[in-house]
Amino acid sequence: MAAQIVDSTDDRISRISSSIRVIPDFPKPGIMFQDITTLLLDPMAFKDTIDLFVERYKDKNINVVAGIEARGFIFGPPIALAIGAKFVPMRKPKKLPGEVISEEYSLEYGTDTMEMHVGAVQAGERALVVDDLIATGGTLSAAIRLLGRVGVDVVECACVIELPELKGRSRLGDKPLFVLVS
Amino acid sequence: MFAAENGLKGDPRLKGISDAIRVVPHFPKPGIMFQDITTLVSNPRAFKDTIDIFVDRYRDMDISVVAGVEARGFMFAPAIALAIGAKFIPLRKPGKLPGEVISEAYELEYGKDRLEMHVGTVQHGDRALIIDDLVATGGTLSAAIRLLERVGAEVVECACVIGLPEVKGRCRLGGKPLYMLVEPRQ
Repeated sequence: MAAQIVDSTDDRISRISSSIRVIPDFPKPGIMFQDITTLLLDPMAFKDTIDLFVERYKDKNINVVAGIEARGFIFGPPIALAIGAKFVPMRKPKKLPGEVISEEYSLEYGTDTMEMHVGAVQAGERALVVDDLIATGGTLSAAIRLLGRVGVDVVECACVIELPELKGRSRLGDKPLFVLVS
Repeated sequence: MFAAENGLKGDPRLKGISDAIRVVPHFPKPGIMFQDITTLVSNPRAFKDTIDIFVDRYRDMDISVVAGVEARGFMFAPAIALAIGAKFIPLRKPGKLPGEVISEAYELEYGKDRLEMHVGTVQHGDRALIIDDLVATGGTLSAAIRLLERVGAEVVECACVIGLPEVKGRCRLGGKPLYMLVEPRQ
């Protein structure tokens, strides 16, 4: 029985991996862009993606799924709905109405800012941070800092894809990272 | 058309959804009562009810494509697509989608913007829904309808959580049926 479960996961990961399209030289020359929109066009692969995250987190008492704008908004809510957690969007500046807290993070050139609603989460809540992909880890680490500032326990970061050569994992501090495709 | 006029009159889920939406006055500018759905998606019961209502309506309509408008449409459309076994297609601001795209312009209060969609995602004969959190003037949804029709999809319906007064009393937008769950609260 155990062997069947492992094979089933491998089959699902294989399908997910082969549904992702690579676009060379986007957004600029030299970058091989990992395009998840083709995964979203394959209902079975998209379902498998969500199922793999839900299977991992459903019994871990997760209260909050924080999703990073904008592709984290595609994967985060279905996970949140399936595990009964709140979905909290982590957004670019000036998109969230009302009172926000913000965190600056580095880009290749310059900085950007991520915002979260005040009162969206409570101290002591257990959170996942979700995005489609981890590259340098800049946005994920900003999200971890934002949640940590209000006393939330970030249990894990979850991404569909990791670009390991960019060493993003090392920017997450002590927070674990779970990915489907590396 | 609103859900309450279309089979869900008195459904207690609609009140729960409406109550879960926060109104933020004077955002993004004075005079606008902003309908904030972040409090809805952070309420697991109300969020689930929202998705369930849409899924119940569309599951037997042979929908093959659910298109969601960036960015708040992304919070609702994928869950609907997953539940009904349809493809999810993101409709995005310019420059975000890699690869070949088509685009449509639409009017803002001041100026214009564009909505983009990937080429090759939709086949002639695909039956599509378009999802956004809210419809006001209908400018963005109309651009979305034009995009999907340009690639040969049949737009079956546009669906939003909230319908602003500009569309009250209207059942159609851009020639297509328009379905909304709730009106804005004051």
